[in-house]
Amino acid sequence: MSSPNQSREMQQEDLQSQRFRQFLDGHLEQEMLRFTTAGSVDDGKSTLIGRLLHDTRSVYEDQLASIRASRVNRSGGAVDLSLLTDGLKAEREQGITIDVAYRYFSTARRKFIIADTPGHEQYTRNMATGASTADVAIVLIDAKAFQRAGELLPQSRRHTYIASLLRIPHVVAAINKMDLVDYRAEVFDEVSAEFSELAKRLGLSSIEVIPVSALAGDNVVERSQKMDWYNGPTLLEYLETAPLALREAADGPLRFPVQLVVRPNAEFRGFAGRIERGEVRPGMRVRALPSGRVTTVKSIVTYDGELPAASFPLSVTLELEDEIDLSRGEMLVAETQMAPHASPCFRAMVVWMHEQPMSEGRCYLAKHTTRTVRASVRRIRYRVDIQSLGHHPASQLQMNDIAEVEFAASLPLFFDTYADNREMGALILIDPVTNATVGAAMILGPVEDTEEDSALAEYGRHEQAAAMVWLQGRRDDAVRLHDDIRHAGHAAVILDDPWIPEASLPAAMRALQLANVTGISSRTDLTETTLAQLREVAGDRFYTTAEDAAGLAPTWRSMEEQG
Amino acid sequence: MTTDRIASEVPAKQLHQERLNHLQALEAESLYILREAVAEFARPVMLYSIGKDSSVMLRLAQKAFYPGKIPFPLLHIDTSYKFPEMITFRDEYARAIGAELIVHRNEAAIAGGASPWKLGTQNCCAALKTRSLLDALEQGGFDAAFGGARRDEEKSRAKERVYSFRDAAGQWDPKNQRPELWSLYNSRLRKGESIRVFPLSNWTELDIWLYLYAEQIPIVPLYYAEEREAVIRGGMITLVHPGMQLLPGERPQKMMLRMRSLGCMPCTGAIRSQAETLPQIIEELIGFRRSEREGRAIDHDEEGSMELKKREGYF
Repeated sequence: MSSPNQSREMQQEDLQSQRFRQFLDGHLEQEMLRFTTAGSVDDGKSTLIGRLLHDTRSVYEDQLASIRASRVNRSGGAVDLSLLTDGLKAEREQGITIDVAYRYFSTARRKFIIADTPGHEQYTRNMATGASTADVAIVLIDAKAFQRAGELLPQSRRHTYIASLLRIPHVVAAINKMDLVDYRAEVFDEVSAEFSELAKRLGLSSIEVIPVSALAGDNVVERSQKMDWYNGPTLLEYLETAPLALREAADGPLRFPVQLVVRPNAEFRGFAGRIERGEVRPGMRVRALPSGRVTTVKSIVTYDGELPAASFPLSVTLELEDEIDLSRGEMLVAETQMAPHASPCFRAMVVWMHEQPMSEGRCYLAKHTTRTVRASVRRIRYRVDIQSLGHHPASQLQMNDIAEVEFAASLPLFFDTYADNREMGALILIDPVTNATVGAAMILGPVEDTEEDSALAEYGRHEQAAAMVWLQGRRDDAVRLHDDIRHAGHAAVILDDPWIPEASLPAAMRALQLANVTGISSRTDLTETTLAQLREVAGDRFYTTAEDAAGLAPTWRSMEEQG
Repeated sequence: MTTDRIASEVPAKQLHQERLNHLQALEAESLYILREAVAEFARPVMLYSIGKDSSVMLRLAQKAFYPGKIPFPLLHIDTSYKFPEMITFRDEYARAIGAELIVHRNEAAIAGGASPWKLGTQNCCAALKTRSLLDALEQGGFDAAFGGARRDEEKSRAKERVYSFRDAAGQWDPKNQRPELWSLYNSRLRKGESIRVFPLSNWTELDIWLYLYAEQIPIVPLYYAEEREAVIRGGMITLVHPGMQLLPGERPQKMMLRMRSLGCMPCTGAIRSQAETLPQIIEELIGFRRSEREGRAIDHDEEGSMELKKREGYF
């Protein structure tokens, strides 16, 4: 059909200036970056987002007029920028954000999608939701509150932990309210050092720390005139230049979960899906899972013509050379590349999202890529205390709990670990009766189901596995912990005896573990080799800080109470 | 098809995506959503409003199932107050792309003379849009309906899910929406429940215009500026339209006008504009500092009014 707009455009063609063409070209070539913001009600998060939108001229006049006229102003400034993002009526009244809100703005370089997530304690699930699709996490830290408390607030630790759990590629700490600490470099340096330490512990590989004042507009979009001691990027500069993970995903082994079969007539049969990882080309040898049949990609079909190659995250349709059995929920991988894990039994970090608790033995629906299976909870390995990051035994998970859980599914899943690839390692849990989405899970790996393992698993199930604690050079702490555990009626041994050479520590630890005795050491130096071996032996129960270890004694006590 | 497609100077899809522009990223996401819904729902339908967002959504549906046809019908809720240009465009376009079109009207309310003057805009919308939509969905037995809503349109939409759950009465409960992580959408329903699927959730108004331009997608001519007769009524520029009754003292004037969004004739305001082509519209939009729904009388009934409509089942 001839479009009414084309003839108009032909006539106007000459009138379009080169400049506008360039502008349009630039806009068409913008990249897209998704980021999430985590911060508590008082950290000034809504004000920060309001500031980003306002200073990038992304707020419309009528919206600005409407917030100027609003009866509510909690900011102490002339205009309450936080009102730009507080959407629903109930929230406006309560003054808190209670659900994930998505915001959009763009600059000459990028289009941005903000997942604005509430930071209040019971809303861990919302933070996980916002974090699941983010390329960057902004953790908001209140400089004034830090100064008052003398340390990072628990909520900041929590937010950073969730960012690490959801594997957000880049984490930036925005140290807010610098105006309230007179823009002093010392305060920033202190927060910065503590945050870096925490990030290191959590294994975050890409971090940035930026001093800002959302209220006054310092270092958000405009460079601050009051902090000449800071030479790093403004928040916006950082967001405009943070690297996108496209290349990495495209370089991985091919993963093509089939969404549906396109069969418009007898001649054509295509498999529609999104390339979750890697790259596909016509002529490539591919294997269908689970059938194992190998065939060749004939063509990559799209509405815009056939493609010579396609990679993550494009949605395409593949035509294959041979008629093979393949349908939704199944997958194409490259014949010669690393295959995904294929197993019905896997362990995963779970964020529980529902009031109805998760318990061992219960069965849920698990949706992973395009495949939905039944999955039962074999065992909750431990629950994470997100204040101390310590591990605790649990047989149930409450809303907002985070835990490592073992699942057994009705059919094998084809997965990579979440650490390798988010799309291939993520799944949601659905209650089969209410259909509610009750949990999110990030796969850590398959569970080998050998006899020995299950025997050990049974052992660990009834007698909580012992821990290994290395409190480097802190003999007093080691003794205190030892006494606490003993006091709670459990066994613990300090392994500082010089007659036990360092090289024998891992073996000694292994023996203690089998006897369910916690090993504690305050030796000053352990080699990397020894540490690696100890970690292997103790697994998730290897602790190196007083804070983590402090969580152990109450754990033992509560176990004692349970009998 | 003659086009002045800028994108054709650069190959639309490049080898081994080292970088992906935002329109490609948005398109890939939308195709994925459309396919997921078609794969998992028993009977989906696409709400087709004839506006620019619907035009983009329709093109995405063509792409998602290519070389097959769009595997669901289009549903237009006709309030009887739509611009005649919209109806002509709707019928021609659906025919041209070979799509099945269902037009639904709340005939009882229309026969009863439902109008914004008689009922007020809120009640009029409730009868001719909301009720009509819910009836059409029920009659068709549709368990999923694609809508072209975007999260950037209005504050209450910023928290909308891609899969928006509606109870058996078609109502939306902002407190009871399913968490949505990664791109794993939960399509499980009990009888009578349904889901609104919004493939354009992450698109902005500018993205829509850029895509219309890059893809050369036809839109209703009302979007382009032209000399049109209008009156200014309550601060809103209202086009002179069939069935309109002029108020005492109102004298229609000719102005260069275009519509920024399309709705019902009495309730959708025009804007003064010289933009006669898509690039000119985009140029104008970049300099624009007023949000697009501002021209809609229905949003300003009371503070938070869009949220109230949504709770009742409006899109």
